[in-house]
Amino acid sequence: MGYTSENLAEIAIDTPQTLAEPSVRIKNLDLNFGSVKVLQNLNLDVGKGEFLVLLGSSGCGKSTLLNCIAGLLDVSGGQIFINGKNVTWSEPSERGIGMVFQSYALYPQMTVEGNLSFGLKNARIPKEEIAKRVARAAEILQIEPLLKRKPSALSGGQRQRVAIGRALVRDVDVFLFDEPLSNLDAKLRADLRVEIKRLHNQLDNTMIYVTHDQVEAMTLADRIAIMKGGKIQQLAAPGEIYNRPVNKYVAGFIGSPSMNFLQGNIQTGDTDVFLSGDVSIPLAGYAFDGLGRSPGKAWLGIRPEHILTGAEAEAAPFNTQAVIEIVEPMGSDTLVWTQLAGERIRIRMDGQSDVREGDTITIGFHAERVSLFDEATENRI
Amino acid sequence: MAIAEIQGQSTEDVRPPVRLFRNLNAKIASIPMIMTAVFVFIGCTVWTIVHSFTKSRLLPKLDFVGLDQYERLWGTRRWLVSIENLAIYGICSLVLSLVIGFTLAALLDRKIRFENTFRTILLYPFALSFIVTGLVWQWILNPDFGIQSVVRGWGWESFTFDPLYNPDIVIFGILIAGIWQGSGFIMVVMLAGLRGIDEEIWKAARVDGIPTWKTYIFVVIPMMRPVFVTALVLITSGIVKVYDLVVAQTSGGPGIASEVPAKYVYDKMFQAQNLGQGFAASTMMLLSVVIILIPWAYLEFGGKKRG
Ligand SMILES: Nc1ncnc2c1ncn2[C@@H]1O[C@H](COP(=O)(O)OP(=O)(O)O)[C@@H](O)[C@H]1O
Ligand SMILES: [Mg+2]
Repeated sequence: MGYTSENLAEIAIDTPQTLAEPSVRIKNLDLNFGSVKVLQNLNLDVGKGEFLVLLGSSGCGKSTLLNCIAGLLDVSGGQIFINGKNVTWSEPSERGIGMVFQSYALYPQMTVEGNLSFGLKNARIPKEEIAKRVARAAEILQIEPLLKRKPSALSGGQRQRVAIGRALVRDVDVFLFDEPLSNLDAKLRADLRVEIKRLHNQLDNTMIYVTHDQVEAMTLADRIAIMKGGKIQQLAAPGEIYNRPVNKYVAGFIGSPSMNFLQGNIQTGDTDVFLSGDVSIPLAGYAFDGLGRSPGKAWLGIRPEHILTGAEAEAAPFNTQAVIEIVEPMGSDTLVWTQLAGERIRIRMDGQSDVREGDTITIGFHAERVSLFDEATENRI
Repeated sequence: MAIAEIQGQSTEDVRPPVRLFRNLNAKIASIPMIMTAVFVFIGCTVWTIVHSFTKSRLLPKLDFVGLDQYERLWGTRRWLVSIENLAIYGICSLVLSLVIGFTLAALLDRKIRFENTFRTILLYPFALSFIVTGLVWQWILNPDFGIQSVVRGWGWESFTFDPLYNPDIVIFGILIAGIWQGSGFIMVVMLAGLRGIDEEIWKAARVDGIPTWKTYIFVVIPMMRPVFVTALVLITSGIVKVYDLVVAQTSGGPGIASEVPAKYVYDKMFQAQNLGQGFAASTMMLLSVVIILIPWAYLEFGGKKRG
């Protein structure tokens, strides 16, 4: 029973988190740019206090969806509810959201304090209240020493903290992040990622976070929505997405290095096997129950880290000999390229293994680690 | 002290390159331009200033008469009118060009349809020379053929609109032509500046609930400071060039009502055969430019070192 994008809406509503009134509810959302349909009939519920990550490659419509929630784009159809209120046609400032952008989007001529308080002053919030909120945000984000500085005198990481602060002082329930860490270097990105997670634990706000970086998605999310071509492919917890990808796209997108795929046929009978070239892989113990219904052409997917070597491989139900073509040592582990059934595949080995190019090793795996995808629909079998 | 230590250390290891020889090729290549600047600009300027203290008439002669030429200059009504006209034209043209140019650019930037068409139409006047612009507007403002006769033709017999023939407002007739010609270009410069503003700044302001006009005034315009400086330089050069427009539209008339300093200089030097007077007038023009430029340069460049 695979969940495809068609019956996702029901599944989303079924999860216990969203049975309570959702914080953000998107119903049958359409969005067109002229004749280009970017989002079509999209449904999504985000629970109160949930950290939802929208993950997908560039151009799949993540920012467009986030901008619709924020009210920065006029939707072409459908409805958006925030905290039970229909905000489909409300101004962004009236929706109870705060937003953080990839380019920080700070007001460059104002000090940090000015950046934090500009919106509040404009909303005629009393001075003492503004001062209180700015002080609180500055304390949470540890930017108190920077308050009198201009953004140009800050580092990228500090600027993004200020941008988060600007969302924080709005005192809202829903935070929207559009690739907030993409402009930072790797080290800062890791630091600020932890910071955002800490912030979420501390504040308990609903957060919707757009990224194309699967590490960010896996580490931050309560649930991940994987998008492709304006559709949500799978909406589930990170572990679920990793272990039970609903289709070949999701399987290949999540995991680094990505999953290996072999093209072949499923043969059912006394023993179920997957045939690819001259390789026959027994499927006894396959983790999903669709085998009986779909004999025929299929893809077999196996993650690099699930391919065993050495004694473990000898003991596995499927094993074979393979010649190592390329070795990529990465410190903590070593990536090895070889061939299986005519396909180039990757194997993740221990970083201490002393394999060399040209060696012949035994590789193997268990059927419960394997995912099979229908060749025509690419959905999981 | 710390600096001395560091320098002392580094000389032991590697000798820092001599500053004069850094980017040597570029420096050699720029020598002709530097020479031109020194000899042509500075040399000619000094020569002009020196001769403004002489009683040169048809030919320059080093026959010094002290401040006589200046006394005569400031006693001439035509010069005083010229200065007044330039001041009115300059201030109005500066303010109106900036306001109109920015407003048009902001309107175009709101992603309207047919943007390219509008931009071309508005930019077109800039492709014309001042002489053509002057003549076109001379016709439009001519009471017998232009706006006045058209409106009278509709039946409003008492309507009068003849700025080029009314000494009190003739400078505004010239101003209209100048603005018409220059605003399109300023608009394009401003539009380029507006397009350089990150889209996400606008989004952030909307999420903050800042109205569009406030976003322009408090966020966007301050970000566009370099663009405004460029526009300012362009407009100022247009103000100095107003000579052609005056010649084409009114030749300084009616009477001397639309004279400008550049025309005074030209007439004195090449028609009245009074070089000394022309040099004195041009030295005064240079002086006023310097008086405007120095505080600006101080703010622009002196400020940077401090800040
Ligand atoms: N203003 C726009 N006009 C036309 N097409 C747009 C506009 N903004 C985005 N698109 C298109 O919509 C699609 C989704 O864009 P976006 O949501 O920005 O993707 P991403 O997932 O990378 O954030 C892209 O194919 C993009 O070309
Ligand atoms: Mg995006």
